[in-house]
Amino acid sequence: MSTTAIQPVPFGRRLKRFMADRPLIPLIILLVILVVILQILRPGIVNERWIANTIKFAIPLAILAGCQTMTMLTGGIDLSVGTVATMSAFIMATQVVNQDPAVAFLLAMMPAVLIGLVNGIGVGVFRVHPLIMTLGTSLIGTGCLQVYQRTVIASGAKIPDVLAWLGTGLTYGVPNALLLFVPLAALIVFTLSRTGFGRLLYAVGDNERATRLSGVQYWQVITALYVISSVLAGITGLLYIGLIKAPSLSLAEPLVLPSVAAAVIGGTSIFGGRGGYTGTIIGALILTVLTTLLTILQMPEGARRILFGLIVLFVTAAYLRIVEER
Amino acid sequence: MTTSPLLDATGVAKNYGAVAALRNASLSVLPGEVHALMGANGAGKSTLVKILTGAISANAGRILIRGEARDIRSPAAARRAGLLPVYQEPSLIPDLDVLSNLRLTGTPVEPFRAWVRELGIPDLDIRETARDIPLAVLRVLDLARALAVEPDVLLLDEMTAALPANLAEKVLEVVRRQGDSGRAVIFISHRFVEISALCDRATVLRDGETVGVVDIVPGVEEKIVELMLGTRIVKTHVAARSAAQKAAPAPARPRLAVRNLRVGTKLNDVSFDLADGEVAGAVALEGQGQDELFAALAGSIRPSGGAIEVDGQPVKFSHPIDAIRAGLAYVPGDRAEALAMQRSVRENIALPFSAALRNWGPIAMRQERAKVVSAIERLQIDTRAQGEVQRLSGGNQQKVTIARWIAADTRTLLCFDPTRGIDVGTKQEIYKLLREVAGHGKSVLFYTSELEEVQRVCDRVIVIFGGRVVDIFPVEEADEPTLMRAAYGLPRGAKADIGILADPHSSPETSNSPNSPGATP
Repeated sequence: MSTTAIQPVPFGRRLKRFMADRPLIPLIILLVILVVILQILRPGIVNERWIANTIKFAIPLAILAGCQTMTMLTGGIDLSVGTVATMSAFIMATQVVNQDPAVAFLLAMMPAVLIGLVNGIGVGVFRVHPLIMTLGTSLIGTGCLQVYQRTVIASGAKIPDVLAWLGTGLTYGVPNALLLFVPLAALIVFTLSRTGFGRLLYAVGDNERATRLSGVQYWQVITALYVISSVLAGITGLLYIGLIKAPSLSLAEPLVLPSVAAAVIGGTSIFGGRGGYTGTIIGALILTVLTTLLTILQMPEGARRILFGLIVLFVTAAYLRIVEER
Repeated sequence: MTTSPLLDATGVAKNYGAVAALRNASLSVLPGEVHALMGANGAGKSTLVKILTGAISANAGRILIRGEARDIRSPAAARRAGLLPVYQEPSLIPDLDVLSNLRLTGTPVEPFRAWVRELGIPDLDIRETARDIPLAVLRVLDLARALAVEPDVLLLDEMTAALPANLAEKVLEVVRRQGDSGRAVIFISHRFVEISALCDRATVLRDGETVGVVDIVPGVEEKIVELMLGTRIVKTHVAARSAAQKAAPAPARPRLAVRNLRVGTKLNDVSFDLADGEVAGAVALEGQGQDELFAALAGSIRPSGGAIEVDGQPVKFSHPIDAIRAGLAYVPGDRAEALAMQRSVRENIALPFSAALRNWGPIAMRQERAKVVSAIERLQIDTRAQGEVQRLSGGNQQKVTIARWIAADTRTLLCFDPTRGIDVGTKQEIYKLLREVAGHGKSVLFYTSELEEVQRVCDRVIVIFGGRVVDIFPVEEADEPTLMRAAYGLPRGAKADIGILADPHSSPETSNSPNSPGATP
C-alpha cells in the first residue's frame, strides 16, 4: 500500500487496479453499454416492460449458470443441466394432468436428484471427468425422456397455473420469478462465501491434494455439489416451462452452453478455485441483452451466431486481462 | 585489475499490485566467480532470479550481459544470452521420460550423462519416467541438464535443499569447478557452511533492495546476517529444555506408538514411541522410507503391516481425516502440496475446520477470525499479501501450513522437512514454535534433511536407514558427526571418518543390512 502514497500512479494503471479489486465494475459497465447501444439502435425500446422481460428470460439462464459456477469452482462442469431441466419440466407438465401438483412436483424432481447423484458418484468416487460424466448422464436422460414421452402421449400436457404465474406473471411490473430467484441467488452467494461447503468448493478446485491432507473427503463434497446442481437445474426447468409454456424434449437444451458462457464471462475460472455467483448473474444479463441486441439487428441467423460467438470470446478475453493484471 | 562483469544488473524493480517484491536490486557477477545471493524470506531473491532468467519481466532496471544491454523477455532469451537457472522446484515434465525431457530443451545427451555420473548418480536410466524418480535425483538431473549446455552464468536456487549429504557434496564440488573454468555461478542458499566453502562474494538483499556486496572471508557470516536482518541479532539458540521436563518419567502410555510398521518395499520394520511434550527428530538420508512412514502416519497410504497405536488404542487410517481425528496432522515439506494457492491466508488456515460434513454449514466468522488471527500472530506471518497465498514468500507460505494445525489445536504434528529452502530467521521461528508446541504438552515428529537442526529442536533422535529404525538416542549425543554416521547406518561409536563416508562409492544404498560392521574401516 505504501507505494501508492509515495509515487503518483498513472491514471490508466490506477483504473486497472481499481477494476482488478472490484471485478464486478467492468461487467456492470459492459452491461450498461450494451443497453445504451440498444437504446440508440431502437430509441424507446428500453422501458419498464422490456426490463421486466429481460429479467424474466435472464433468470433461468442465471440459475443454470449458477450450477456451472459451483461445479466450475471445483474444476468441473455440469452439462446435464439442460436435460435435467427439460425432464423435470416435461414430467411436471404431463403428470400434473392426472396427479396432485405436489405429487407431480416430487415426480418431476426425482430424475434431477437421481442424475445429480449419479454425476456426483461418477466424478467424486470413480473419478470420471465431469465433462464426460455429465454429458453421458445427459444423453441417458434424454433417451429416458423419449421413452417416457411414448407412455404419456395420450394424456396430453398442461402447465400448472402457479408455474405460469411464476414464469410470466408480473406484480406491479416486477416479474414474479424474482420471488424465487432473489432468495435462491442470496442462498448461493451466502453458501459460496460464508459456509464450510462453499469454502471447500473453492479449496477443492484450487488444490485437491491440500484439501485431502486437511481431512476433506473429496467424494462427499463432489456428490453433494452435483446433487445440488441437478436440483437447481430441476427447479429451473419448472420455472422455464412456466415461461415458455410449450413442453418439448429439447426445452432447456439451448440454455446449456450459454450457461457455461455466462459463468465464464462472470469471471469464474473453468480451471477451478476462482470466481463467484454475482459475476455470473451479470454475465447472464449480459448474454440476454446481447441476444436481444442481435435479434433487432435483423441479421441472418448465421451472421448473428457468428457475431454472438465473437463477442463472447472478446468479452471474456478482455475481462480476464483487466481482472488478472496485477 | 578490473574484469568486466559477465552479468550486471542494476536498479531492478518489480511490483505485484501494491506489493513491491523488488525495489532497487543490483547484482554484478564477474567471470570465474561463484556468487552467493542472500536474503531473508521475501527479500526478493527468487523474484530477482526469475527476472534474470526471463520467467517474469521487471518493471524497471537495466541488465547488462557481457557489457551489452539485453532485454530478457523469455526463458528462451535468457538461455540464448547464456543464463540458465535451476529452480527450487524440479522442472522435468513428470509424464515424459528423461530422454524426452532432454530433447524438449535440446540438451545434448552425452554431456548430460557425463554430468549425471559426475554428480554422483552412476546408474541413471534415461528411459525412466520423471514422475518415478525421487525428488533429490530430479534436482540433480535439473542441474546436469543445465550444465550440459555450458551456460556462462548458472543460477542455482537452493540447489542443495532436500539433497542428502552425499549428493550435496558432489553438487558443491561441481559448482566449485564451474567457477574455476571462467564461468560464473549465482548461488542461492541458506547454508553458511556451503557458502563459505564455495563462494567468492555475496550480494545481500533486504526488502527488495541490495544492501551490500561482501567478500567471503572467515567470519563474514555475522556481517551477512546483520545485513540480511537490518539490525544486529544475537545468535539465538533455542532455549534449552528444562531439566524437570527431561527428568519426567516416561508416561505409561505413549501418545503415539509405532510397531513393526511396513509399507511396500520402502519401509520394512519401524518401531518407536512418541510421548506427549516431546519433539522426536527423524533422521534419514534421502529415500530411506521416511516419506512412507509419514504418509502412513498421516493416513495418506495404508501400511502393509505392523501397527499404529494412538493413546494406547490401535488405529487404522484409510483417509487423512482419520489421522486428523486421532490428532495427527501432517505438514508436508512441499508447500504446494498443502496450500490452496489462490485462496487467502485465512481460508487456508481455516481449511481443516470445514472438512467434516457436520461443519459444512454457516461459518461462525468471528470465532474463526479469532482463531486465525491468533495463529497468524503466533507464527508472525507477514500478511501484507494475504489475499492470495501464492503471493506470500516461501517462508510465510510454510508458516501458513503450520499455522493451520496450530489454529486447529492439533495434539501431534508430523512435520516433514518444514524448513526446507527458507531463510535463517524463519527457521529460528519455526524451531521456537515447535519447542513451544511441545512445551504445551503436545508432541512433534520432525523429519529434517539438515542435521544441525536436530540439536536445536529435538529431544530424541530416531534414525531410519533402509526402511528400518537403526538407532534411537537422546539429543545430547546427537552431534552432527554422530548423526551423519547413524544416518549412513553405522553403529554409534564406530570411529569412522565422515569424509570417507560421504564418498558415494561406499554409499550404502545398495546394502541391505544396515548394521553391517563391514563399513567400519
